[in-house]
Amino acid sequence: MRAGRFLPGLAALFLLVFLLTPDSFAFLFRPLTRNNAPAIYHQTALLRLTVSHLSIVAIAVIASGLVGIVLGILVTRPRGREFLPLARSVTAIGQTFPPVAVLALAVPVMGFGTAPTLVALFLYGLLPVFENTLAGLTDQPAEILEAARGMGLTPLQRLWHVELPLALPLIISGIRLTAVISLGTATIGSTVAAPTLGEVIIAGLLSSNTAYVAQGGLVVSILAVLIHHGLSAAETNAARAAGRVG
Amino acid sequence: MMLRPATVFAILVGLGLWLPLVQFKPNRIAAGEGIRLDQALAGGPVIALAVLGLLVLSCIWRMPDRMRIVLALAGMAGSLVVLGHAARSLSVEAGNLARLAPASGFWLMLLGFSLMLADGVARLGPSLPARWLILGLVLVAGFGILASGMLDQISVMREYATRRAAFLHEAKRHLQLAFGSLGLALLVGLPLGTGIYMMRRLRGPVLAALNILQTIPSLALFGIMLPLLAWLAATLPAAGRWGVSGIGAFPALIALFLYALLPVVSNTLSGLETVPRATREAAVGLGMTRWQVLGQVLIPLALPSLIAALRIVLVQNIGLAVIAGLIGGGGFGTFVFQGLNQMAMDLVLLGTLPTIALALLAGIVLDLLIEHVARGRP
Repeated sequence: MRAGRFLPGLAALFLLVFLLTPDSFAFLFRPLTRNNAPAIYHQTALLRLTVSHLSIVAIAVIASGLVGIVLGILVTRPRGREFLPLARSVTAIGQTFPPVAVLALAVPVMGFGTAPTLVALFLYGLLPVFENTLAGLTDQPAEILEAARGMGLTPLQRLWHVELPLALPLIISGIRLTAVISLGTATIGSTVAAPTLGEVIIAGLLSSNTAYVAQGGLVVSILAVLIHHGLSAAETNAARAAGRVG
Repeated sequence: MMLRPATVFAILVGLGLWLPLVQFKPNRIAAGEGIRLDQALAGGPVIALAVLGLLVLSCIWRMPDRMRIVLALAGMAGSLVVLGHAARSLSVEAGNLARLAPASGFWLMLLGFSLMLADGVARLGPSLPARWLILGLVLVAGFGILASGMLDQISVMREYATRRAAFLHEAKRHLQLAFGSLGLALLVGLPLGTGIYMMRRLRGPVLAALNILQTIPSLALFGIMLPLLAWLAATLPAAGRWGVSGIGAFPALIALFLYALLPVVSNTLSGLETVPRATREAAVGLGMTRWQVLGQVLIPLALPSLIAALRIVLVQNIGLAVIAGLIGGGGFGTFVFQGLNQMAMDLVLLGTLPTIALALLAGIVLDLLIEHVARGRP
């Protein structure tokens, strides 16, 4: 278990070195190629694709995180309660929509490129954040809320100092889910010409070059593991802080 | 004044009436021009006004939930019927090459009415039989409208008409992929989950391995299966005879199976763990063998968790099976990616709409089943 603590750091280091000097790892991917095909993807630099992949995911996740949290807060306030049953069933139903289908449907509206990918990731990412914000804000110990009210806190103060800190671990876990799903789904964005690491995988599929498929998949997987790890740590911290509030 | 859900639905449907109902294209890939409901149909303005009136009424008067459910169902069916009629009357003037696709107004109306339905059902909290009945009604009405030929002039339906055989073939393939991988995952995942329940030491490594599988992006996992299985089939002739192959649907099936393993294994484990120790010990005390305890006590008690896994896997795999279309594995994804390549959005719709419908149906049916199982116990 102790070795596990260094693993994320090692993975990050490997990823960084690989992205900076992909050619020094050519020997790893050479066995996967046939007919002397190139072992490393060079049409676009892997580093550049990784950066644009991460920026697309980051923009989408931040946007869906903000909107999801605000919506979650709104429907749990007295004035928004009317929307609570609707909100719950919409998230449940919305999550059964396949992300690929959402992506494909965004194309006729937005055209090809980054825009439909962003929209699909945003819409799909809303649901986990919203669902977890709802769960975090609705499932709180009544005596704590009662105590906060008894101390004379205004509704806004209660939200900021009590309810949100208590809900934070669940909210972060929703964002983590969103981020990891988006990271994988963004690769499909390259089927509609978004500049993501999916480009490498698709190039591999089209030219039957498994080395491309493997390196695209490898980079995305390591990113997913790292983001999962980082946000899990943030969640643990938030849970500890929430324990202090409670 | 407080914003109420009814107002939101009214705004959505109202916008839908104001935006184009159908998109008219001189041919399959040309740019289109939007046509509103009141321009598209002879009786259009009257219908639009009547619907607007009902919407305003629904905002001022708090309708009983039952009535709103009926209104929503009627609205969903009505949007389809109006769309079909508009397309039919427009196609008479425009000739055979013209394409009439559902436009933003139609989708907004459908969205508004389906939200109204979801809200009504969530508020009323109808009994399980009533929910099955509503689901059945929607299905029968949907199929009825499709079968009646009312929508035949809509572009998606014309794509369907020209490739009916291919559509049915890919539909079958899609279902085979989704259910086949589910079956495989149950066959392997149930024993594996039970195994790591009994052998505590294996839990960490098995779950870690399955978790890592989940992080591989679907595109890459599907792609890696092709050479991997081709190599396997070439080196082990016996595997080839068993149907292992690097082309066709097999690689997609295995990729979906691998994604399905984690939910099945982890839910089997968590389901078994919910069984109280006392219950297990009582069964052993009664003289049951290890296998009897498992089959007659543990698995029945873990059932809700197992059905929850079924729901996760089925919905997920119906969606992911679309990717199979990219690696020649068939399924509805074939139409999606063909359509994206040819910029023929009607073809994209022909692939996405049935996929969404299937995923929704699987999700709703399994949710109802989960509730049945949950109610069957104290």
